[in-house]
Amino acid sequence: MTGPVAAIAGVAESDLGIVAPKTALQLQAEAAREALAEAGLTFADVDAVFCAGRDEVSPSLLLAEYLGITPRYSDSTNIGGASFLAHAAHAAAAIEAGLCEVALIAYGSTQRSLRARSLGGTGAIPGPAQFETVWGLPLPVGGYAMAATRHGHLYGTTAEQLAEVAVATRAWAGLNPKAYYRDPITIDDVLGSTMIATPLHLLDCCLVTDGGGAVVIVRADRARDLAKPPVWLLGHGHSHSHLTIANMPDLTTTSAALSGAAAMEMAGVTHDEIDVAQIYDSFTITVLLSLEALGFCGPGESGPFVEGGRTAPGGDFPMNTNGGGLSYCHPGMYGIFTLIEATRQVRGECGDRQVEGARIALCNGTGGVLSSAATVVLARD
Amino acid sequence: MTDATQRPYPQPDDVTQPFWDGISEGRLRLQRCGRCGRHVFYPRAVCPHCSSADLEWVDASGRGSLYSFSVVHRAPPGFEAPYAVALVDLAEGVRMMAGLVDVAIDQLEVGQALEVAIQGDPALPYFRPSPG
Repeated sequence: MTGPVAAIAGVAESDLGIVAPKTALQLQAEAAREALAEAGLTFADVDAVFCAGRDEVSPSLLLAEYLGITPRYSDSTNIGGASFLAHAAHAAAAIEAGLCEVALIAYGSTQRSLRARSLGGTGAIPGPAQFETVWGLPLPVGGYAMAATRHGHLYGTTAEQLAEVAVATRAWAGLNPKAYYRDPITIDDVLGSTMIATPLHLLDCCLVTDGGGAVVIVRADRARDLAKPPVWLLGHGHSHSHLTIANMPDLTTTSAALSGAAAMEMAGVTHDEIDVAQIYDSFTITVLLSLEALGFCGPGESGPFVEGGRTAPGGDFPMNTNGGGLSYCHPGMYGIFTLIEATRQVRGECGDRQVEGARIALCNGTGGVLSSAATVVLARD
Repeated sequence: MTDATQRPYPQPDDVTQPFWDGISEGRLRLQRCGRCGRHVFYPRAVCPHCSSADLEWVDASGRGSLYSFSVVHRAPPGFEAPYAVALVDLAEGVRMMAGLVDVAIDQLEVGQALEVAIQGDPALPYFRPSPG
């Protein structure tokens, strides 16, 4: 086998923000239709469906029924917000194994309109959560906050360094007409925003929005005949270390250490070759821990790494160029949007926020309470 | 107003019931593997270290250290902020989440010595600072 086996042929978002009275299923259908149309394909061309919902037990059954698809490969893997990057990996593996040719990955949520987010639980709590939920730690934010506390203790990472991530990401959002919040913010704005769980402030936390997205992945030989230039899946990896935060072996080392190394090795690229990075920013600390785990800097070095607007427009490490989960959209699970933005960046379609000459992109998703990670490396010819 | 009746509480199952029975008697107990000798928390039907099913209940020392924490300002229903929630590394080599009592929430330090302080209704294994 020479060269990549699969490519992204189409991407799309649904309506984002607050979409009531639309449903999550409707958002998925809108995004799926548009992503396929971008490739010059229809539902009839799809022979594999990948889906992870927050509410449905069998989301791929629901979506395939709704779109009139009878897949020969189906996957409802749910490892949290990183799921869609794992779906991309599974799609590439299934294509390589000859099990499908045209894979549709889709997600949608109306959590904002439904006011469905809850920080805790009530009543009797079963399972491993019976040892956590009872303490009133708001989740997931509290778990991430504990990781930030630990990182600060070990390495001296400051609230200002965490805030750098939010400020830089908002600056990118200012260049994206689809972003939910676009007005610039400062480090002082972040530090002055409501404290949620120390050391994380409101502006250290991702948005709560509605939204959906879709990604179409096709076999390499078909990719060249479609409407958009192929965006090759060069490498991928995923892993998870725990479900509940007390069971995370080391609160400052995420599974991206495994997923990133696997993806980079498969892709055969070095860190210096990555032109643009989409790093799931559920919270500012998520980005810092991911940068270290992925090897863009050493353990404990992520605070200084992001200082001085390094990841902002004009900085030498362009990251989360759509405005991220912090400022663009975050409908419960965000991973699919890292793939959508990375694809558009390497195609050169990003207008004011385009990273000049971007050819190779790295996407990293994080799910649960720093529980799972999935990394994908993409590139155009 | 905080409605404490909204506060979540544990739902013991076949494997975890002995832990909560111990807590209700004022004893912190852990599982220990009869094969590899390591302690296990949360309670399980099998040992995650060596695949053994030979797990026995033993009394824990109740001593530990503060691995990390967060002071909660945006509380879930049933809780009144601010308060501290900790990850405690027990002397037996396991980590558990716990509420902290008898502490100044602005003077917590990662690594500080803690001891178990079972209290509340239902009884839960809180921790408090100890001389070490």
